[in-house]
Amino acid sequence: MGNIWTIFKRDLKGYFSSPIAYVVIGLFLIVTGIFFYLLLSSFLQYSYAVMMQQRGGMAVNVNLMMIRPFLLNMSVIVLFVIPMITMRSFSEEKKSGTVELLLTSPLTTTQIVFGKFLATYLLYFVMVAVTFLFMVFLFIWGKPAFWPIFLGYCGILLMGGGLVALGNFISSLTENQIVAAVGTFGATMLLWVIGFAGDLSGKVLGEIFRYLSIVNHFEDFSKGVFDTSHLVYYLSLSFLMLFLTYQSIESSKWRG
Amino acid sequence: MIEVKNLVKHYGSVRAVDDISFSVEKGEILGFLGPNAAGKTTTMRIITGYMPATSGTVRVAGYDVFEDSLEVKRRIGYLPETPPLYFDMRVRDYLKFVARIKGVEPKTIPVEIERVAERISITDVLDNHIGKLSKGYKQRVGFAQALLNNPPVLIFDEPTNGLDPRQIIEVREIIKSLSFDHTIILSTHILPEVSMTCNRVAIINEGKLVKIDTPDNLQTQLQGSEAVTLEVEGPIEEVQAAIQQLNQVTAITVQPSRKENVATYRVETAAGTDLRKELAATVVQNSWGLLGLKSEGLSLEDIFLRLTTKEEEVN
Ligand SMILES: Nc1ncnc2c1ncn2[C@@H]1O[C@H](COP(=O)(O)OP(=O)(O)OP(=O)(O)O)[C@@H](O)[C@H]1O
Ligand SMILES: [Mg+2]
Repeated sequence: MGNIWTIFKRDLKGYFSSPIAYVVIGLFLIVTGIFFYLLLSSFLQYSYAVMMQQRGGMAVNVNLMMIRPFLLNMSVIVLFVIPMITMRSFSEEKKSGTVELLLTSPLTTTQIVFGKFLATYLLYFVMVAVTFLFMVFLFIWGKPAFWPIFLGYCGILLMGGGLVALGNFISSLTENQIVAAVGTFGATMLLWVIGFAGDLSGKVLGEIFRYLSIVNHFEDFSKGVFDTSHLVYYLSLSFLMLFLTYQSIESSKWRG
Repeated sequence: MIEVKNLVKHYGSVRAVDDISFSVEKGEILGFLGPNAAGKTTTMRIITGYMPATSGTVRVAGYDVFEDSLEVKRRIGYLPETPPLYFDMRVRDYLKFVARIKGVEPKTIPVEIERVAERISITDVLDNHIGKLSKGYKQRVGFAQALLNNPPVLIFDEPTNGLDPRQIIEVREIIKSLSFDHTIILSTHILPEVSMTCNRVAIINEGKLVKIDTPDNLQTQLQGSEAVTLEVEGPIEEVQAAIQQLNQVTAITVQPSRKENVATYRVETAAGTDLRKELAATVVQNSWGLLGLKSEGLSLEDIFLRLTTKEEEVN
């Protein structure tokens, strides 16, 4: 446990002492901010129009019309950002040779894998959490329902767990950060478009494809609906990827 | 302290280490000497538990490196070929991190860092960024991390590689000072280095252990040959032919000088023979001029070249 914490802390400091954390978080905030602004202004226009037509009986729903599309957008934006978060994780250590220090210290592979995963995950968590400020803004000016927002954020964080673990795994395969980023991006896109393939293929196959698609599982979350099958999917993906990372480190011991 | 038995390592079809066995006693310094791609790094990586062997066993302080790898790792300080440094950290933070993962008691970490820093003389750069240190200092920080938690065994892979002559001398001093209370394995392809720093030398070539002995023994007995150099004034080809005809001559190298018909001949013979008298007589009989004559042992460099280069001349 202490060792996981030690590795976690070092990696996290590494991210925040280089520009990478700030660039990634900044970029993410700008892009989500733009979407937020666009959605908010069209929402305001719409509710203004409704008010002018004096249809007071039918209240406009900020959760449905504004927050849900925002969360859906965010769930796609993170697909593009996560490869940038995870690309360094193992690749950097392989490149600089520090992996030799880690693997010849009295640490277990599990401690290394968890420590590094948690550091990248925390960076992701912080990045997503900062966008919650946009929500705070909505709470100040209106009365959105809290529960769907909370579930939506849970969904984003769970989905991120699977993808961050995937990124760590791919980073453990190469010493080249660019290859790690591109590889993670490719794998992520595959997990995304497989859902579209699901819509195009036959019944059984389509069902399987849709189940594998990472973004499909987020839809319920964005509606504020909780379904354990989605939770199971995201957790399984995370653990599968962590397991593969473990295997990759163990086998890189014999591959050199 | 360290026991290596029948170690074999394949990378695909490459036999990087081919049935190497040796042991290192407590307090000894063993030098791995070998050309590029000999298998030095691979052997060290297996001993440190970085990668498993294809077959064979390694024991450190009685623990098997495959079965009790954590126990072995606790007892080894390792400086790889490239020092494993995080360039974006300060030296002190880096040493703190290494101390933690090596299992140094948290309360004693600052004391431990002071101890190591003083021993390696890096106290004055503890608050500098590693990335901004000179190459020599980076190497020192590499030594410092290997010393944390005071492991009884130290393994250094080419510790003087890429340093300038002054830094090399400093690093050798460091290694000598560590030798009083550690068992050390180091690798190098610089010959004088092993005779300067090591009690024993293991010559490795193409994955095989060619010879292991003290530098002195290697120098005197092993190769089974001695050499005489003589400077002669006379027609070079004739002189060479005459020397060649003497019994027990195994090899001659000729180095012509600037003066015409004057050359230095290096004559190797079987061990235990002294050809000086015969050589002098030959020269005199032919009425050539004998300008110099001296006997020399085979230098470690010769042994190294002899043992590791193929039989054919490498011209
Ligand atoms: N990770 C690896 N994958 C495949 N082959 C490798 C790997 N590491 C080393 N080798 C091969 O194993 C052989 C021994 O290499 P090793 O690095 O142990 O030699 P060395 O004696 O340390 O050489 P040098 O003096 O150049 O450091 C070489 O032929 C090398 O190409
Ligand atoms: Mg080497």
